[in-house]
This record gives sequence, structure tokens and C-alpha cells, in this order.
Amino acid sequence: MMLDIRSLSLSIAVDGGEKSILRDISLSIDRGEAVGLVGESGSGKSMTLRSVLRTEPRNATVTGVITLDGVDVLALKGEPLRQLRAHQIAMIAQNPHAVLNPVLPISRYLVEGMHDAQGLSKTAARVRAGELLEQVGIDGVDRVLASYPHQLSGGMLQRVVIAGAIAGKPSLILADEPTTALDVTTQAEVMAILDDCRRELGMALLFVTHDLDLAAAVCDRINVMKDGVIVETGEPDQLRDRPAHPYTKELMDSRPASVMWSPDAGGTK
Amino acid sequence: MFVVRRLLALVGVLFASSFLVFSAMYAAPGSPENFLVQGRTVTPEVLAAIREQYSLDDPFFVRFWNWLTNVLQGDFGQSLTNRQPVGDLLANRLPTTLTLVLLAAIIIAVLGIGLGIVAGVRDGIVDKVILLGSSLGFAVPTFFAALLLMSIFSVGLGWFPVFGSGDGFFDRIWHLALPALALALPSAAVVARITRTAIREERDSEHSVMAIARGVPARIVLQRHVVRNSMLPVSTIVGVHIAGLIAGSFVVEYAFTLDGLGTLLVGAVQRKDFAVVQAIAIILVAGFGIINLAVDLLYAAIDPRVGTKKAS
Amino acid sequence: MKRFAARMGPIGMVAVVIVAIVVLGAVLAPIIAPYDPTIGSVTQRYLGPSLEHLLGTDQAGRDIFSRLLWGARSSLVGPLVVVTITAVIGTTLALTSVWWGGFVDSSISRVLDLLFAFPNLLLAVLAISVFGASLTTAALALSIAYIPYTARVIRSTALRERNLPYIKSPQLQGISGIVITARHLLPNVAPLIVTGATINFGFAMIELAALSFLGLGVQPPDADWGLMVSSGQQSLISGYPAESVLAGLCIVITVASLGYIGERLGGRSAAGRKA
Repeated sequence: MMLDIRSLSLSIAVDGGEKSILRDISLSIDRGEAVGLVGESGSGKSMTLRSVLRTEPRNATVTGVITLDGVDVLALKGEPLRQLRAHQIAMIAQNPHAVLNPVLPISRYLVEGMHDAQGLSKTAARVRAGELLEQVGIDGVDRVLASYPHQLSGGMLQRVVIAGAIAGKPSLILADEPTTALDVTTQAEVMAILDDCRRELGMALLFVTHDLDLAAAVCDRINVMKDGVIVETGEPDQLRDRPAHPYTKELMDSRPASVMWSPDAGGTK
Repeated sequence: MFVVRRLLALVGVLFASSFLVFSAMYAAPGSPENFLVQGRTVTPEVLAAIREQYSLDDPFFVRFWNWLTNVLQGDFGQSLTNRQPVGDLLANRLPTTLTLVLLAAIIIAVLGIGLGIVAGVRDGIVDKVILLGSSLGFAVPTFFAALLLMSIFSVGLGWFPVFGSGDGFFDRIWHLALPALALALPSAAVVARITRTAIREERDSEHSVMAIARGVPARIVLQRHVVRNSMLPVSTIVGVHIAGLIAGSFVVEYAFTLDGLGTLLVGAVQRKDFAVVQAIAIILVAGFGIINLAVDLLYAAIDPRVGTKKAS
Repeated sequence: MKRFAARMGPIGMVAVVIVAIVVLGAVLAPIIAPYDPTIGSVTQRYLGPSLEHLLGTDQAGRDIFSRLLWGARSSLVGPLVVVTITAVIGTTLALTSVWWGGFVDSSISRVLDLLFAFPNLLLAVLAISVFGASLTTAALALSIAYIPYTARVIRSTALRERNLPYIKSPQLQGISGIVITARHLLPNVAPLIVTGATINFGFAMIELAALSFLGLGVQPPDADWGLMVSSGQQSLISGYPAESVLAGLCIVITVASLGYIGERLGGRSAAGRKA
């Protein structure tokens, strides 16, 4: 077990009390494994990711244990936490236009990750930036490096983010709805790149999405989440054919694919 | 190109403004001559000179054109009260006003932005004090600040002179320190407040949080993501307030009896010397326009998105 | 009422009370002011606070408390005029601009751009040099100077609403522009107008006071806070700060309270933005 989350609970202070967002979440990921976290908006899946990175909101109270390679993540502060974030975990968020600083060029984003965060020399970082962009399938690398975020499409930017994420060869990638903001064709492309890079480098993936089919295509195991609680865990086939929890069944039944055609005739696999 | 368009717009506006300033005197009841003379007893020669200066015998647009071309060549005519060339009067007064405005601008930028950043980055007592100070500071009129500073530091403690603008570089700055502070105070308060808000918003912006999440050291995130990005809206506000110093300077000059354009203007209004009023008005409008243009250009320079997308 | 109190917060309610006291003081001045603000006795100059003169007397022997009360009237009336005219004309121009669009919009924008080119006080000074110094001239000139700011803000909000279905569909049905604007657009910009008016009131108060301070607004011997700060300057230097300081404080407290109220109403930082 590489990542082990046990009894994670999170609540936020609101006017007149505490609002519970996560209740007793437990899940684990092995090295190189892809695990999905599926649920609708508000189910707490994004918050789970943020807890691992320790970027939860300031007024949140967190209890439980999160262990990454034996290290107690929730107890970390300062420099050790920064090192963890720089070298062992990487996050890919939903809206790349928001993730990149609009007044800085792409090259800066990548060099910042490698030089300021990971300690590479600036020159080495710049060279590596070019290589990484090629690795994620971008043509015209120099042009892209000199561009500003608003000049590039969402799909392109998300590839840049992926490039930045794999730069330090982290053991774990946290992906929070990475393709939701993109159009359908680009979704498939970006997903393919993410999956390829991940497998190539042997990185584990915690994949958050509301799209059950998408999770099924990429993940080895899926956790279904509702209202801050994990209701079921299992392999994609198992969840599809023999859903144990009524909510899982609901999710299954409401997929567009299941409504339009049978799961065996084509689809996302 | 962007710059050229703005320059042309500025020229257009200045042209229209000068027209407004020029034709203002025709708005008064009675004939223009009477207005200009304001019931003073004048010799026929002086009257003829006034008619000449304003080409009152010619049709309206010819008059305007003559006046405008003269002004552009630096000939502002003669003061209606003491027959001195207005241009000379202006030249004497300009340095004081410019120094005053420059000092105040520096104070606004340094004090306002500085305190705003401190309040934005820290929580706790420091933040609360700065917040309180800036919320009250903006309500303090410049002239009141001037009087208070004067009574405490000039009259009371004797650290600064009470009036006049001094000779020589350092003496001048010493004389203009309190007036500049009074002038800058309300604007600095506003700038501090806005900076604080901008910093706090940027702290919570996704790119800042994600930078931390990627392991970028906090100090660098602060510099490169939080402070740098918040300077975008802040610079606009600072620019607006610096432009506003032009009007505020009259008040401070009057309070401290400085020999600047402002006191000249107020005196001219009281004495009904419209030639001087016109001249100063057109200069101030030009200055205001130029500063505003500079702010727009500065913003365009630091935000790469301007020019490609129309910022609403 | 309760929602209003909640919106204001505890400090906001204090601000509202302060403003209410000031307004009451101004309105009731003729009744509650113990002395005539313009009459003073030379033998009574520079008296300290006492039961007879709550805040003492100024250099002409006039009761400061009465002068502050009466001064509140001109200090409030001026901004009120400015804010009302600005709101009415500014909103009308903005909505007309938005409704007709095209040529009307650009012409109005050109005119407003011209006004934007003048610093407010300068426009007022210009008007005063032509028409003479008085509170009326100053207030009217300042109104004209403020119009473009209000118009711009209202225009951008109204522009967003303009093309939404709830406006376009009655238009397609042939209902007249004025009716649609009044019934649909106006209520949606109304909160903006109110917030803007509150903030502008404070700015107008300070700028009018500044004009009075320069001798270009309210004329002596009338009482006015700005004028009092000015006429009290010599006294201040001689060691009798009461008149200047108290009048100045009145301005600060009123404007600060209004600014805070405007902020709570509008939900965003009021400082610095002329609405």
C-alpha cells in the first residue's frame, strides 16, 4: 500500500456550527495502481484530494490518518510538506486556465515547478520543459513555451499541466475532473496522454470524476462516493454487473451509454 | 496600434476640453468684454488690448482658433488684473506644484501599496490596525489633514516650516513634506485598502494555491503570484488617484500658502482674472489626460491579456 | 428592518445611527441650536466648553455648537443635491444609451468622455469663475462632474441585462422602450444606484467642503463645516483648535459612516471607486 487513507473526516466552520464534508473516508492505492473516486458534485471527492495535498480550506477541521509511503501526511508542516508536494505528489485540476498564472508565460510555469519547487537548475529545467512538452504530444514546443495561457486552448493547457505534473516523476498523481472542462474529442486525447504517461512512469493515479464510464476505462478499482461517504468499492466490471449499493445502481442506470445502447456494443473501452 | 489610438483619443479630448474652457466665458450673463473686465475701471488702451487678446471683433471660431494656436505656442495672453504675461506666472508656479504632486504620488504608492501588502499578507493586530486606519483615512479631507499636520508638526513641534516652499532641492522637500503627506493621505488610505483586498483575493486564487500545492516555496508564491498579480488592479487605482492629485493640490497649496498653480488659480477666481483661470484649467486638463493615458499604457504593458481581448 | 440590520452588521448600525443623528441635527437646527450661528460677541471669543457654550466659542465669539448644527445643513444639502441630480441624470443617460444603442450610445459616451477629462474640482472652479462663488454653483457644477461616473457603472450593468430574454421579449411584443426600461431595467439597477449615491454623497461632501474651504463655496458668515475648518485655521495656529478640529471631525465621522454603509449595501469595497 502506497497511499493509505483511513477514517478521514473533514468539516468546515460555517455560521452557527460545523458542516460535515467528509465522513470516515477510507481508501488505499498501491504503487502504480489507478483508483477512481466517482460521485456527483458535492459528494466530497475533490475535498478528499485536497486533503491529501493539504490544500483544504483554512477554516476546515481534519481528522483521520493519511499515509504516503509510510509518512503521516496530516502531521507534516513547512519544509517536509513542501518536499512532499514537490516530489511525491502532483495534482491535475479541472480548469487549466485558472491553474496557470495568466500573466506568466508557459515556460515560467514549467520551470517554476522544476527549478523553484524541485530544485533543478534553471538551465536544466528549461531543457527538460521542452522535452516534457514533446512527451505530452505538443508540436511547436518553442512557440508554446513563449505563449501565455490565454493564447492556448484548454486541451493544450491541460497537456502543459500534465507535463508539469510528470516532471518530477511523482509516485502519485491526483486528477480532479481533468477533462470535464474540455470538449469531447479533446477529452479523449488528454485522457489518453495522461494514461500513457502514467503507465510508462509507473505512477499511481487517484482519479476523481462524475463520469463512471470514464473512470471505468482508466481505473483498476473504483470508489463510489455520495454525501461525503464512500458507499461502495470494487472493480469496474463488478460495479457494472453486480452493483451492491442502490446509489451505485442509480449511477449505472443514469449513464447516457446505458440509456442509448448496450454496454457491449462499442463504448469507451 | 493601441498606443496610437489612445494618443489620438487624448488629443481629441484635449481639443474638445479647450473648446469648453474657452467658451465658458460666454456662458456668463452680459458681454464677454464686461465679463473679462468685471467692472474694473480700465483705460481704452487696455480695453483694446483685451479685445485683441481675445479677438473679440472676429467671429467665434476664429477667436477660438486664435486663442488655441496661441496657447499651443505658449502664449497664454496677459493676466487681466496685473497685465503680466500669464505664461510667466505659470512658469514660476509650476515647479512647486509639480514637486508637490510628485512627492504625494510617491507617498501614495509606497505607503499605500506597502501597508496594503502588509495587511494583506498578515492576519491579526497589524492587519486590523491598517484596516481601521485606511477605512477612516479615506474620509479625512485633504484640507483637514493639512491643518492637523500643520498644527501638530509645524506649529506644535516645530519640525517643519509653516508656509512657503523653500529654495534648493532639500529645502524644498522639507517644506513640501507635510503638504505632500496631507495631499496623499486619503488616497493612500484607499490604495492600502484596495491593495489589501487584492492581495487577499490573489492569495486564494487557484493559481496561487496550486503553486503551493506543487511545492513552490511560499515566499516565491507570494512574490510571483500574489503580489505581482494584485498589482494589476492596484496600479489602475493608484494611477487614478495620482491623476486626482491634480485637483487636490489646490487645496493643500492654499492651506500651506505655497506658491503653486493652485493658489494662483484660487486667487485668480477670487479676483475674477479669467485669463489666468483659462490657462491653468487647460494645463491641468492636459496633465490629467496625460497621467490617465500613462496609467492605461502601463496597465497594457504589465497585463499580457490587454490588446488581444477587450477588457470590459 | 431586521434584514437591514443583519446586512449592516454591528458597526454598520452604529454608522446608521451616526448618520441619523447628523441628519436630525441638521433638520432640527433652527429649534435646538441655542444661539444664532452668525452672531457673536467679541467679548466672548475663544471661550472653552461650558454649560452655556457646549463646545465653546470661536474667534468671533460665535457659539461653536450652534455653528456645527447649522453647518450640518449646508454640509448635507449640497451633497444631497449633487447626488440626486447625478443619480437622476446619470441613470437616465445610461439607460437611454443602453436602450437605443448605436449612435445615441456613442454620442452620449463621447460627451461623458469629455467630462471625464476634467478633474471634478476643476470643473467646479471653472463654473464658479464664470458664475460666481456660492454653494448652488458649486453643487451644480459638481453634479455635472459626477454624472459620467454613475452613468458608466449603470450602463455596464444595464448592458448585461439588455439582451436577456426578460427584456427582449416585451420589446418584441411592441411594448414601448420607456415602459420596459422603467418596469424591468430600472429595478435591476436600482440597488446599484443606491449604493453609488451613498458613496458619492461622501465624496461630494468632501469636495464641497474643500470648495468652501477655498472660499469658493459657502460664503461667510454662514456656517458650514468646510468653511469652519478654513476660518478656524488662524485660531488653530494661535492655539485655539476647537472650531477647525470639531468641524473637520464632523466631516470625517459623517463621511466614514456613509462609506461604511455604502460598502455594506453594495457588498464590495467602496473605498476609491466613484460609482
